[in-house]
Amino acid sequence: MGRYIIRRLIQAIPVLLGATLLIFAIVFALPGDPVAALAGEKRTDPTIVAILRERYHLNDPLLLQYWYYISGVIFRGDFGVTFADVPVSQLMAGKFQVTLNLALTALVFEAIIGVGLGLWAALRRGRAADTMILASTLLLISVPTLVTGFVLQLVLGVKVKQWTGVDIFPIAGISNGFRSYLLPGFVLAGISIAYLTRLTRTSLVETLRADYIRTATAKGLSRRRVIGRHGLRNALIPLVTYLGADLGNLMGGAVITETIFNLPGIGNQLFQSVYLREQPVVVGIVTVLVLIYIVANLVVDMMYAVLDPRIRYE
Amino acid sequence: MSDIQQPAQTLPPNAPSGPPLPRSTKKEGKPASLWSDAWHDLRRRPIFIVSAILIAVLVVMALWPSLFTAIDPNDPRTCELATARQGPSGGHIFGRDNLGCDVYARSIYGAANSLLIGISTTLATSLIGGMFGLAAGYFGGVTDTLASRLTEIFFAIPSILGALLIAATFRGGPLSSITLVIIALTVLGWPMTYRIMRAAVITAKSQDFVVAAKALGAGHMRIMMRHLLPNALAPVIVIATINLGGFIAAEAALSFLGVGVTSPDISWGLMISDARNRFLDAPLPLIFPAVFLSITVLAFIMLGDAVRDALDPKLR
Repeated sequence: MGRYIIRRLIQAIPVLLGATLLIFAIVFALPGDPVAALAGEKRTDPTIVAILRERYHLNDPLLLQYWYYISGVIFRGDFGVTFADVPVSQLMAGKFQVTLNLALTALVFEAIIGVGLGLWAALRRGRAADTMILASTLLLISVPTLVTGFVLQLVLGVKVKQWTGVDIFPIAGISNGFRSYLLPGFVLAGISIAYLTRLTRTSLVETLRADYIRTATAKGLSRRRVIGRHGLRNALIPLVTYLGADLGNLMGGAVITETIFNLPGIGNQLFQSVYLREQPVVVGIVTVLVLIYIVANLVVDMMYAVLDPRIRYE
Repeated sequence: MSDIQQPAQTLPPNAPSGPPLPRSTKKEGKPASLWSDAWHDLRRRPIFIVSAILIAVLVVMALWPSLFTAIDPNDPRTCELATARQGPSGGHIFGRDNLGCDVYARSIYGAANSLLIGISTTLATSLIGGMFGLAAGYFGGVTDTLASRLTEIFFAIPSILGALLIAATFRGGPLSSITLVIIALTVLGWPMTYRIMRAAVITAKSQDFVVAAKALGAGHMRIMMRHLLPNALAPVIVIATINLGGFIAAEAALSFLGVGVTSPDISWGLMISDARNRFLDAPLPLIFPAVFLSITVLAFIMLGDAVRDALDPKLR
């Protein structure tokens, strides 16, 4: 296992370097001069511009600039500073916290609703409930987050508040603590809920046809115990791995939800930084997201071995 | 509702244990190919018929929008600021938007860009991903390792953020906003097709007819084009159909964020973005393009589901 983890980590290095270099190169091509952007509307003194360009290595070729950047990140954990001279790592910490909260809320919704619906559909296979659930997963996959976000904001956020007088689901910002994440979390989870429902259903239907399920039934166990202990436990393996890998997807895909609900997360920040040409912030955010993706996939692969003792990594 | 409930029975999760689906009745002496078998199968699926009709309507809408509305939204004189956010009325069945333009006419004209971007991106990703996948799967070795490592890099970048970055970076350049969206989505989208194609080619490669073709002296190009490609095409078509809906949704997302299609071009994502500020007191200008967008994505995803069931015999 230890050797497997080390090998995977070594394999992750080219992915991390390649992805960051790619993003760095795109950001490098961002139109406009970062020093001019730093100065805003004011006229810039050529000497100061020259000094700043020298200090931030802006006259060096792309690869050399990339090396300065990535070596800072790797050896010193230094992601650079923003235009306002705030360390990018400090800025990102706050933003990632918001997006992580959002993604985790979404993951909880996903796990509860997705597994619940999938379980229900699998046990009622071929009947009305199953058909209804499958039809709604198709709808859920098809309606873009953009649409569900606004519709739920209007219906659950605004209308419910108008009718009941209680602000159950805040529709913008994070000032209401945990409750602020309920509605956006659900919206973000939408498509994943549908996929997880389908996956749970397929996985459980498949598992329930296995020989050991028949054996368990034959030896007289209650239906509840057969499904719970023997069926669900084995059907759970692909689900847990799906959920693990989805954390990275949710964090990377949160930008629309964050924009609709005005959450100050990384998607929102990246979007603003692209417009402000704040290169270190853009590259920093994507680098951390790539890291999350790599680590999440590694953890998921290791979970296979934990959940299914038949799988052994050398 | 029955239209939607009915087809759901043919969804893949049902397939492993569901009731046996009607197999094609082959004509005497003429073995049905995968494609004719699939076509035969498709024609009987309500989910396919519904999605095909929807897509046909959308295509007509994209090509000849004036068939659906007498108002030309590209003519600014049809907008009256004084009537902004007016509710539905006789001449303007969906009401008017923030600038007093007709929401119905704009929604109809929005179909063209969505379909154009969706279809072009799908073709481009299939072509690039398919070509790399075919070469990597066939040659293996260093080619495969290099191409696969390259796709891993693209997989690690969150696609919507990556596309946002590319579209934002090259805005205002020589490329039109629509071309830029297609490029941004293609750059982030091709690795998916690559993986599917590569896997399908590796499966097909070791079969006897390929060995036979090699023994007969067929060149690399001939083996790839004549023997491997036709046998590996089915899963690529399936993923392409499903992705098409996703690309249309992604275009709307990019346009919503302000890096996609820009005014005066019309796009549902852009309409949603424009209507956003007054959404809570005038929801209709946002809801209607949202409904168009959702139905379009739904149509392509339904088509993809149906095509997958028909083309993937393993799921039957």
